[in-house]
Amino acid sequence: MTDSQKAVVYVRLKEGVLDPQGVTIQKALEQMGYDEIEKVRTGRFFELQIDGNAANIDQRIDEVCTKLLANPVIEKFTVEKA
Amino acid sequence: MKVGVVTFPGSNCDYDAYAAIRNILNEEVNFLWHKSDDLMGSDLVILPGGFSYGDYLRAGAIAKFSPIMKEVIKFANEGGLVAGICNGFQILAESSLLPGALMRNDHLRFSCKYVNLRVENNKTAFSSCYKEGQVVRIPIAHAEGNFYHFDGEVEKLEANRQVVFRYCDEQGKITAESNPNGSLNNIAGICSERGNVFGMMPHPERAVEEILGSTDGLGLFESVRLATSTMTTADAQ
Repeated sequence: MTDSQKAVVYVRLKEGVLDPQGVTIQKALEQMGYDEIEKVRTGRFFELQIDGNAANIDQRIDEVCTKLLANPVIEKFTVEKA
Repeated sequence: MKVGVVTFPGSNCDYDAYAAIRNILNEEVNFLWHKSDDLMGSDLVILPGGFSYGDYLRAGAIAKFSPIMKEVIKFANEGGLVAGICNGFQILAESSLLPGALMRNDHLRFSCKYVNLRVENNKTAFSSCYKEGQVVRIPIAHAEGNFYHFDGEVEKLEANRQVVFRYCDEQGKITAESNPNGSLNNIAGICSERGNVFGMMPHPERAVEEILGSTDGLGLFESVRLATSTMTTADAQ
């Protein structure tokens, strides 16, 4: 018996892709007096709980990211396994 | 012409498209349920506007895995005519049937208004009833219509003349002010390299009757009707 494992997937916009939400948040921070924060980039993360007995898990997480969690045209992803 | 309109959970322009085809064009039209794997012999498949699967994750991202999309992708790869409107365009981009991505509008707001579009290429199955350079008035209603593709790819699209419609002003000038969402090169509608798959953010099905405020969307459906009738004639010969 193996416990389940966890992985966290972070999806970010690629460099050079405009992030209007990040820009808006940065402007709001500036108005709030936090003008030392020069840039904000938004993204999202996914916590995956995975069957500890599963095989090829790195490759399969990679597939999941490419096929669904991230849009390779505009986004990149990183995976952290706990 | 036989048209199939896909209904995903969250589609909300499927009836508009259905009504335009049935009541205005007087052509045969069927709804295609997302769980079905039968395109019912459609000559044209329309992916309608709306919020398929609640726009969860990214607009159009979940819909591409529905059973009907397997058939739509197969149909498109065999040269079948597929048109995506608004959310349908987002689904086609997510499915890689069309290049690029539709991102959040640069101003972050949902935008619902009439826009002017310039017909950039009238040599497609979806635009042959328009004149090249013609300015048409068709409404938009979206929050994620900001067309993006990485460097080099947009140039390819332009060189292949895959840009079918561009946002413009009333005179047909391509200006920053007439761009409602930040789309690269004011791109509003594109087709695939082969020309059989087409997507646009504006809603031609909402511009088919005077009472709706414009009939400029009719040309799109009439173009497809013309294309399917010539295809059938060519097949018969």
